[in-house]
Amino acid sequence: MEQFNWVRDRWRQLISGRRLYSAPDSRSTKCSPELHNTQRLTGKRRTVIARHGTHHHEYHCISKGYQGNRIRTTKYSLLTFIPMNLFQQFHRFANLYFLFLVMLNWVPVVEAFQKEITMIPLVVVLIVIAIKDALEDYRRYRFDQKINNNTASVYSGKHQTYVDQHWKEVRVGDFIRLSCNEIIPADVVLLHSSDPRGVCYIETANLDGETNLKQREVVRDQPQRCSELTPENFTARIECEDPNNDLSRFRGFMEHPGKARVGLHNNNLLLRSCTIRNTETVVGIVVYAGHESKAMMNNSGPRYKQSKLERRLNVDVLWCVVLLVVMCLTTAIGHGLWLSNIKEAPFLIPNAASPALAGFYLFWTMIIVLQVLIPISLYVSIEVVKLGQIFFIQNDVDLYNDNLDSRIQCRALNITEDLGQIQYLFSDKTGTLTENKMAFRRCTIAGVEYPHEENARRLEVYERDEDEATGRSHTLKSRTSAKSLSCKSLSCNRSSVSLHTLTDHAEEEEPPSPIMHQQSPFCSSMEKDIAPDPLLLQKLSGLSSPRFLLWDASMELTYIVDFFMALAICNTVVVSSHNQPRHVVKVPEVSPKKLKSLDDIKMLFQRFGLPRFSTLSPTHTTEIAHSFTGKLFATDKAASCNPTPSKNATEPDGEPNPRPSLPSVAQATDGDQECEGEDKGSGERGSWTGLEDNMVPLNMGDMSRQELFISKPDADELIYEAESPDEAALVHAARAYGCTLQGRSVEHLLVELPGMGSLVVPLLHILPFDSTRKRMSVVVRHPLTNQVVVYTKGADSVVMDLTESAESPEQPDGLMRGHVRKQTQKHLDDYAREGLRTLCIAKKVLEEEEYEVWLKHQVFAETSIENREELLMESALRLETNVTLLGATGVVDKLQEEVPETIEALQRAGVKVWVLTGDKQETAINIACACSLLRSTDHLLTANCGSKEMCEALLLDLLKEVESREAERGDAPDVTSGFTLVIDGRTLDFALQEDLSDNFLELSRHCRAVICCRSTPLQKSRVVQLVRDKLRVMTLAVGDGANDVSMIQVADVGVGISGQEGMQAVMSSDFAISRFKHLRKLLLVHGHWCYTRLANMILYFFYKNLRISPEVP
Amino acid sequence: MMASGYNAKEEDGHPAGVTVHGVGGPVTVKNKKPDNTAFKQQRLPAWQPILTAGTVLPAFFVIGLIFIPIGIGLFVTSKNIKEFEIDYTGVDMSSPCFNCSQNYIWNSTTPCTCSVPFTLDQPFENNVFMYYGLSNFYQNHRRYVKSRDDSQLNGDLSSLKNPSKECEPYRTSNDKPIAPCGAIANSLFNDTLGLYYIDPNGSRTAIPLVRKGIAWWTDKHVKFRNPGGNDNLTVAFQATTKPVNWRKPVYELDPSDSDNNGFINEDFIVWMRTAALPTFRKLYRIIQKKPNNLSPTLPLGQYVLDVTYNYPVRSFEGRKRMILSTISWMGGKNPFLGIAYITVGSVCFFLGIVLLVIHHKYGNRNNSADIPH
Repeated sequence: MEQFNWVRDRWRQLISGRRLYSAPDSRSTKCSPELHNTQRLTGKRRTVIARHGTHHHEYHCISKGYQGNRIRTTKYSLLTFIPMNLFQQFHRFANLYFLFLVMLNWVPVVEAFQKEITMIPLVVVLIVIAIKDALEDYRRYRFDQKINNNTASVYSGKHQTYVDQHWKEVRVGDFIRLSCNEIIPADVVLLHSSDPRGVCYIETANLDGETNLKQREVVRDQPQRCSELTPENFTARIECEDPNNDLSRFRGFMEHPGKARVGLHNNNLLLRSCTIRNTETVVGIVVYAGHESKAMMNNSGPRYKQSKLERRLNVDVLWCVVLLVVMCLTTAIGHGLWLSNIKEAPFLIPNAASPALAGFYLFWTMIIVLQVLIPISLYVSIEVVKLGQIFFIQNDVDLYNDNLDSRIQCRALNITEDLGQIQYLFSDKTGTLTENKMAFRRCTIAGVEYPHEENARRLEVYERDEDEATGRSHTLKSRTSAKSLSCKSLSCNRSSVSLHTLTDHAEEEEPPSPIMHQQSPFCSSMEKDIAPDPLLLQKLSGLSSPRFLLWDASMELTYIVDFFMALAICNTVVVSSHNQPRHVVKVPEVSPKKLKSLDDIKMLFQRFGLPRFSTLSPTHTTEIAHSFTGKLFATDKAASCNPTPSKNATEPDGEPNPRPSLPSVAQATDGDQECEGEDKGSGERGSWTGLEDNMVPLNMGDMSRQELFISKPDADELIYEAESPDEAALVHAARAYGCTLQGRSVEHLLVELPGMGSLVVPLLHILPFDSTRKRMSVVVRHPLTNQVVVYTKGADSVVMDLTESAESPEQPDGLMRGHVRKQTQKHLDDYAREGLRTLCIAKKVLEEEEYEVWLKHQVFAETSIENREELLMESALRLETNVTLLGATGVVDKLQEEVPETIEALQRAGVKVWVLTGDKQETAINIACACSLLRSTDHLLTANCGSKEMCEALLLDLLKEVESREAERGDAPDVTSGFTLVIDGRTLDFALQEDLSDNFLELSRHCRAVICCRSTPLQKSRVVQLVRDKLRVMTLAVGDGANDVSMIQVADVGVGISGQEGMQAVMSSDFAISRFKHLRKLLLVHGHWCYTRLANMILYFFYKNLRISPEVP
Repeated sequence: MMASGYNAKEEDGHPAGVTVHGVGGPVTVKNKKPDNTAFKQQRLPAWQPILTAGTVLPAFFVIGLIFIPIGIGLFVTSKNIKEFEIDYTGVDMSSPCFNCSQNYIWNSTTPCTCSVPFTLDQPFENNVFMYYGLSNFYQNHRRYVKSRDDSQLNGDLSSLKNPSKECEPYRTSNDKPIAPCGAIANSLFNDTLGLYYIDPNGSRTAIPLVRKGIAWWTDKHVKFRNPGGNDNLTVAFQATTKPVNWRKPVYELDPSDSDNNGFINEDFIVWMRTAALPTFRKLYRIIQKKPNNLSPTLPLGQYVLDVTYNYPVRSFEGRKRMILSTISWMGGKNPFLGIAYITVGSVCFFLGIVLLVIHHKYGNRNNSADIPH
């Protein structure tokens, strides 16, 4: 039905549109009925056309219903203040109740007190609140005025140019020109950017607090890409969704007159209240203005949650009401009966009502008299007390983070006491228990492990330094705080940066240039400076020397190059430099001198697809690794493929020769013509081994150091701004090996490869990361082979599954692949045991036809308005199959300080701690051990199974085991040992099903801790929900990333950790802390205090009111 | 004192918000760092009693030991107060006032009198207070309580002419304002009681009853005042009429003493102070002790209570009583207070003993008990 409507609408629009375009004169000045019709029928969509374009009349018809850009956040105006405010105030139950009592008092027959006097409290309360509201409203009014009177450069049809206008005069369909650092006045579709690549950067700090730059692009197929846009000539119409509050979604299309449509998506939309950065000027057309802009629609007040205590209180108050009614009824009936028994008495007022009526009157009188029984004032008092408690929590020095200069934020104002009632704590792992400062630790490529010993030592040093840093961090504050002014959420890393580079940067300190202070997230030296593995570096250096064409070695080399290529480009990192802050490095011309050697490399990569490895048995590969250097040197005597060897040609331009100590080797390669000397070389190997052993490691170490040193001044200019820390870590790792990502535009990437200089990689597509796919991919045209290549990076489980299908013996390199797979899996397990986060890198070469077919689907998905997400997802899934595994990386993530102590304290307090993580089981267990969630004496229960039946049996088995062990132990519960359940995502899926959830919960109740690994965000929230609803306990969820948002929202108390991964978790949380250790004091001290104090106060209130009420008359 | 000490300690281990760079460099102010003050960190000195056996047991014993003597003293005092009460309502056929109680009209001109004989078993010494008591009389009825005009009673002339609406329906009668208006005044107790001592030889001696000094001083001199001073009340109350149930106007309430008339009539004042409970007693007369103080005020023997029976109580099943009582330093006869003190004291003492035994037997078992997990 919906589709039918849509089709009909489209049709109508087309009809009307065509008529308009074909015969503009025939159209009457009045709006055609069709147009109105479309307007009404579309309902969920809006049409935007240029205000000063050729279609004035149509503009007025269409845009009549659209709001202007004036905003009004005030609730009242001067006239409506008194009635509106009173109306608002009487929304409160308490006020309504008081009003009711006052009115009752005005009824003469039930009057109990002096009616004028009883009004005083109510009137005073109303007046005080009204004054407060008026002041607040006035402040809002002033603020609105300020915003509305900001100026923006808006195209004026009269002047045929851009003139400054107030924000409030901006209308939908206006053209706006914005320059750098200006704030965007309305939601604007980007039509032109001064940037030649048609991108512009915005900072959304005003919106979500994230200070990294987001890239936005000009609408595709915009004809005037370079020249300034002329609004008169803009005839296209924009169809987009009706205003909504989804910041991350914008769907629509732009229709050129008589031409095809161009899809619009979120990347084309500049949101109101964001800031333009690093782009000189941009021009856009307003699509949503004022209150219809996405930023304004997202403006919702603070969250309202009701605490358990309050829910209980409500029930108690209801009982009080019942008590009051019963009391009043009793008195009324008693009064009636008593009256009916007395005929005449001197103390009775004659002419009074009949006994029944008198009883009825008395009922109301008694309600007035006993009104205190209902502790309405309690609600006001509780609010005041809670404000006080929040004041104290926010002012706690122990919950203050020195490094970030951030306090705890209480976002929900009325659940402080719930903190003291938490029974289950659900924690995310990454960024919550750990620092989320990712540092590249080691990797495996093509089945060969590179342990990076040097790197491990380096990381240890940082860890030590970090500990010392807390002691003397105050000496660095001048630097840190200056930066924290510019970008708050990022300052976490800075103290460490400044600490380690203090001596180096001493001269930097003097001129306080703002650019110097712009440090990016995830760029502390711990994450940045990676010590390369000598062996790997040596292998990679083969690329820059002409020796790379050795068959077996080159096969591995292509793997390695591809691997680093993937690390460097398979991401969404934005590159900027100090000189050109957050700008893309200009694409330099590739020196023609190099082309020859590039041709050779091309050959090499083309050969990658050929069955060269088929002759190689899997066991050989490791051998190759060991004998690699030997063969390398052995080939000196053999022929090489480089026809015109030139050392300079293989070196990057302008770079001094980094290998002065290898002259003989380099020299020896000169002049070699053919690459067939493998056998010969191996025969000669023996004579070279001695030399190799002595000289090569020395030289390699030497060389790497020199290279690093030389490349430093240049490389240091680059700053990577990543959305997630592991992305940054991997890019830095690639850079350490000379594969430097130098720049990024919408359609190109600039990558420097060792020995090849800068290469322009045409970027075809980015399939961004999402939590269901658990991977991201980039589609590029390989600069060397010109093939379409897909690089995929993702969680090992999914990527391994994708490669699985590729493993078939028929395929020529199937054996090699299988070998790589097996080895990599082994290494991955090792990494996980070490507690590293693992990512797999894979690639896939697409045939042109294959790509064409896929491209069609992708374009369709991109341009479609309905189901765009699903279609895109489908398209991505279609692409990411049959990939070749290149290798895997291990990224280390340090545990936050005092995490073990905190968890132990919480467990001692009877809080059950569950860890829900997306990581591998081994990694999760490792971290759990490290943070003392899992003790050596604990009994580990592992639940991994593949089907529901198995899962059921397993749960029952485990339950039996637990019970028997408990029975064995007797009734003296041993504190030192307990059960810990480890369950993986797939099993969790079964366990969460309706019929098994009871077993699962029963089992988990016996366990002191539960670790769910490999869980998706949805599973996390379902686990929390299950525990909360079934066990009826108070739950707290703590997390830092977007994947924890659903869990945080489901839990009774959601705690966000403001860390490295943006602000989403914080935005949806009730409390935002900066370190996990703060939970300890927050729960065990503040929660306890808040709860006992409030509970005592409430009890006393009830006591007091019951005590007072009989004495009132 | 406490707070400042803490701050100093804090600064040792932990850098405080404002630090001066060692080399005389820039001074950094961390904006968001909370102040480390005793108030904000909830370190203000506080004291909470912790209940232990060492504090609770002595408290119980002390309370017991203090309360029991007080209770005994009160009880003995109350016991020594002599009180005599006689119901003269005339519900029974046999009682002397039966006839009067049966035929009743509020303002009949012929008063019905009856005599109730009684015997005092013990002599009453010192001043003896004579009360009348009413039962089942709801002087606390909500509308009854409000049915008066205090400004009229305070001598306000405009209120005299135009009483408050609260007095309805006893506000006006025959278009004349009622003085005093309202239901309370209207229902003034109007029995006249006389007391006679029957000598053993059979002769009746009237016992002198003092009708002044029975009202509160503040009521008589502040709250109640006659309009236009005390001279010539007839003129002052000229435009008004008496309450419907009254036989005489307000300025003729006390024929014997002209200063005790009008609103400041003490019987009237006593009545106007409404009782809280349906069974109440109000001071009627004082029998002053003999000047020589040789013989008791009321020697034991036969007495007769002469009642001019005006006040009807049969309609609401009320009772009328006459009470004779002496007083002591603690007021009238009230055994309850003494009993309460004794009870509380003994309960405390007993509990003290029980707790002591428990503490002695089991006290040292859980000395170092942790809060269980």
